[in-house]
Amino acid sequence: MVVSLVAASFVVGPSRPNRRKLQVYESGIVPTAKARHKMSVRFYLTAMLFIIFDIEAVFFYPWAVILRQLRWYGLIEMLVFMGILLVALAHIWRKGGLEWD
Amino acid sequence: MALAGAVLALGDPLFSKGVDGGVLLIVVGKAVATLALLLASVVLMIWFERKIISDMQNRVGPNRAGPWGILQTLADAFKLFTKEDLLPERADRRIFRLAPYLSVVPAFLAFSIVPVGGFVTIAHHRTQLQLADPPVGILFLLAVSSIAVYGIMLAGWSSGSKYPLLGSVRASAQMVSYEAALGLSVAAVVLITGSLSTRDIVIDQHGHLAGFLPNWNVLRLGFIPFVIFLIAGTAELNRPPFDLVEAEQELVGGYFTEYSSMRFGLFYLAEFMNTITMSAVNVTLFFGGPDGPWFHSVRWLGGIVWFLAKTVVFLFSYVWLRATLPRFRYDQLMDLGWKRLIPLSLGWLLVLAAMIVSRPWGFSVVAGGLLFVALLARAVMVGRSATDELAPGPVGEAG
Repeated sequence: MVVSLVAASFVVGPSRPNRRKLQVYESGIVPTAKARHKMSVRFYLTAMLFIIFDIEAVFFYPWAVILRQLRWYGLIEMLVFMGILLVALAHIWRKGGLEWD
Repeated sequence: MALAGAVLALGDPLFSKGVDGGVLLIVVGKAVATLALLLASVVLMIWFERKIISDMQNRVGPNRAGPWGILQTLADAFKLFTKEDLLPERADRRIFRLAPYLSVVPAFLAFSIVPVGGFVTIAHHRTQLQLADPPVGILFLLAVSSIAVYGIMLAGWSSGSKYPLLGSVRASAQMVSYEAALGLSVAAVVLITGSLSTRDIVIDQHGHLAGFLPNWNVLRLGFIPFVIFLIAGTAELNRPPFDLVEAEQELVGGYFTEYSSMRFGLFYLAEFMNTITMSAVNVTLFFGGPDGPWFHSVRWLGGIVWFLAKTVVFLFSYVWLRATLPRFRYDQLMDLGWKRLIPLSLGWLLVLAAMIVSRPWGFSVVAGGLLFVALLARAVMVGRSATDELAPGPVGEAG
């Protein structure tokens, strides 16, 4: 299915390629400098935070599926786990890691 | 592909008697039908959005191609086919070509696990109206939606241009920020269902709550996971009011500025596919999917009608949001994601878990605890701002 989708767009996609000045678009001005400059460090920080919290979310799934069997044991385990993460979140928050300006 | 299909569709009764030619044919047929359905709904959705927006803004909107301009999208698509496919000279060629596919394919895959109806019998094969029903359906959905970030990221990076790069970095930061909140709100659904299969989630919502209300997760989970899912889902789609990614005034077109012709069309297609999928997933997780009170006499058609009707409500609400709300600022966006939605969804998840473990006791214990923590945090904040005001000189930042 996926292959057919790709193939279909590939067949009809490049219809009339011809040579032309293929400059990058910069609002009609001749481009200056290279595009791959350094990004703000906050984006990297966000990426790292994402890894922590997304993995956490994934950990929740197996727990959520069998919580009815684990009962109190599962709940308390998760409270401990979540407590550690919330402390981490609070720490980042206090350190200003979540501030954008 | 057949093997992958068989693995993905384990929950389907279609495969209970082994896999033969007929079964394979049905699987392929379902795949084609799903793709056709999705493409047709994208065409209609684009028209629907333009028409509704123009009505809300007191304009006429598309009205030339076909009755009420309904064929406008097709006309636009054919125009795109005849346009030149540019490859910018500074672009990383292979990745530039790959990126649109990485965007479209996950959009389609995500839809494949959505149950659009009940069961049908085709030539003695009983099957469900759903392309695939893997036992890990929800995880599959999250995984696929994460892959979609790659498409955007690589598109922006490989263009070798400034606007796309800025747009794609913004987009990926936004998408990953809201993905955690999204995942946690979906975890609440998994918690109450006890299964990751989308079919199980729909079946679990059958019946009534308190006699007359539908037994939908939106009510059973107390609205909060649904609201979080709706907000985080909108942010995940980069739709207004979270469309900073393609803010025309600042970033031209965002990550697909350098794309033209059908490659641009593919990004556009993926965007609308994702919108439809997100509405459909919302219906599946929180509004009982194809389940509804009437039309049970018309066996399989009733489910589809219900499913479509509910999905259209959400599609309309996305258009409505776009017509109504101004765009967020970047810091507001990040604040909402990290400081409001994630703590809220974590806390609510705990409350729900406690309710499931032990109805009255656990609930009061955890709710009381959360309330206590919230009050304590509030007290600390108030106390700190009071001392800040008293303190002479410049007030230092916490970080």
